[in-house]
Amino acid sequence: MNKLRYIVVVIFSLFALNMSFAQEEHGEDVNAGEIVMEHISDSYEWHITKIGGTDIVIPLPVILYSHNSGWHVFSSHHLYPAGKEHEGFRIATEGDYEGKIVETNANGEEVRPIDISITKTVLALLINCLILVLIILGCARWYRNKKPEDPAPKGFVGFMEMFIMMVENDVIKACIGKEYKRYSPYLLTAFFFIFINNIMGIIPIFPGGANVTGNIAVTFVLALCTFIAVNVFGNKEYWKEILWPEVPTWLKFPVPIMPAIELFGIFTKPFALMIRLFANIMAGHSAILALTSIIFVTVSMGVVVNSLMTGVSFLFIIFMDCMEILVAFIQAYVFTMLSSVFIGLSRQEHAE
Amino acid sequence: MSLLMPDSGLLFWMLLAFCVVFFLLAKFGFPIITKMVNERKEYIDQSLVTAREANEQLANLKAEGESILAKAHEEQTRILTEAAKTREHIVSEAKEQAKIEGNRLLEEAKKQILAEKEDAIRDIRRQVAVLSVDIAEKVLRKNLDDESKQTDMIERLLDEVNLSKN
Repeated sequence: MNKLRYIVVVIFSLFALNMSFAQEEHGEDVNAGEIVMEHISDSYEWHITKIGGTDIVIPLPVILYSHNSGWHVFSSHHLYPAGKEHEGFRIATEGDYEGKIVETNANGEEVRPIDISITKTVLALLINCLILVLIILGCARWYRNKKPEDPAPKGFVGFMEMFIMMVENDVIKACIGKEYKRYSPYLLTAFFFIFINNIMGIIPIFPGGANVTGNIAVTFVLALCTFIAVNVFGNKEYWKEILWPEVPTWLKFPVPIMPAIELFGIFTKPFALMIRLFANIMAGHSAILALTSIIFVTVSMGVVVNSLMTGVSFLFIIFMDCMEILVAFIQAYVFTMLSSVFIGLSRQEHAE
Repeated sequence: MSLLMPDSGLLFWMLLAFCVVFFLLAKFGFPIITKMVNERKEYIDQSLVTAREANEQLANLKAEGESILAKAHEEQTRILTEAAKTREHIVSEAKEQAKIEGNRLLEEAKKQILAEKEDAIRDIRRQVAVLSVDIAEKVLRKNLDDESKQTDMIERLLDEVNLSKN
């Protein structure tokens, strides 16, 4: 009962806060779609929050290689507000390259330089990688100078050990079979990489909150790794199944229908992995943001409606956040499991 | 559609970061942890087997000890009875020997006594003979002073001889 009372108090205080906000922001048009898009796409600065009229922003390094003028490295605050030009570069506000850094070439056309800037997503990615490496190597450090006779670890290391062994035994070993040891480091890395990025994406403030695994470039690299693991280490049986499957001859001889389908399948499998992870995480972020936007969109509808909708949206956000935590785990699990299944299929012996 | 187009810069960083993370974790992270866990599992399995074996051995040892104890008991009673028998035997033998020895000693003593006695008798006889001769001499010397007595004597002796002849 006590906990319930706390929750009620929190919700009411939020109502109050919201009303004061509502009065303050009254008259400003809130474009929810824009907010969502702005969040899930990348940017050259990390916008943390807005207090009063000032934005709190972390400027990030811009690293460019232009075919005309060579390498450029500068802070991104020179480029904001969008459209401001610095060293011949600016952020495009419209057209194909909207939101990206462009330069104007000799013909007066907008072109993209080679852009390896540390954007918001890249920074979040690097931070998450650092966290992941620290966690896992920290756990591995515990095992140094330990013998099998020593008691099992307790606390966080024990939890991580259980987590790692759960993934290895229930997913990797179960799906690949006896050759699992060779692939287990990659699959474990993929699992924990996706998991930590998903979880960090749910945390709303810096250094979390960036949409890393909901970005197609990130999932593309992960799917590419699985593609390599499946096809480079596939055995003879696997390639025979693709190029000369056991189907009636007319399906594969004059016109190679089945081999074509199988070859296509090689690419659709990792493609499905890529799209599944990307879409799930992106959709989760969008849903949470859209629900949060309800509060601000309904401001213009009056205090009563706004307060009511705030409560509704608050409950929905809690629900969505809980679900996203679940999704964070499930997507990492599914990616690892399907990768394991594909690898297992590429290593299978001929089954009669 | 920009969402579906992988951005080259991010692609580059992601590839780099993931490769580095993969290298680090695959080299220094996961294999160490999983290896240790598997080793520990093996150790536990082995310990269980060893413990069972030890238990079995302990049970065997116990049974063995009991059997040894029982055997020892048996041996003890056997030795005790044997000892009793031996003791009896020795005692009876000793008794017999003592008896024989006693008899022998007795016999010897008897023989000795007999021999002594005969010796003494012989001695006495000799003495008696000497004495009798002496006495006879004295008697004869006295009695044969006169003629008549001598004649009497001779006559009586002669008679006696005759008598003994008849």
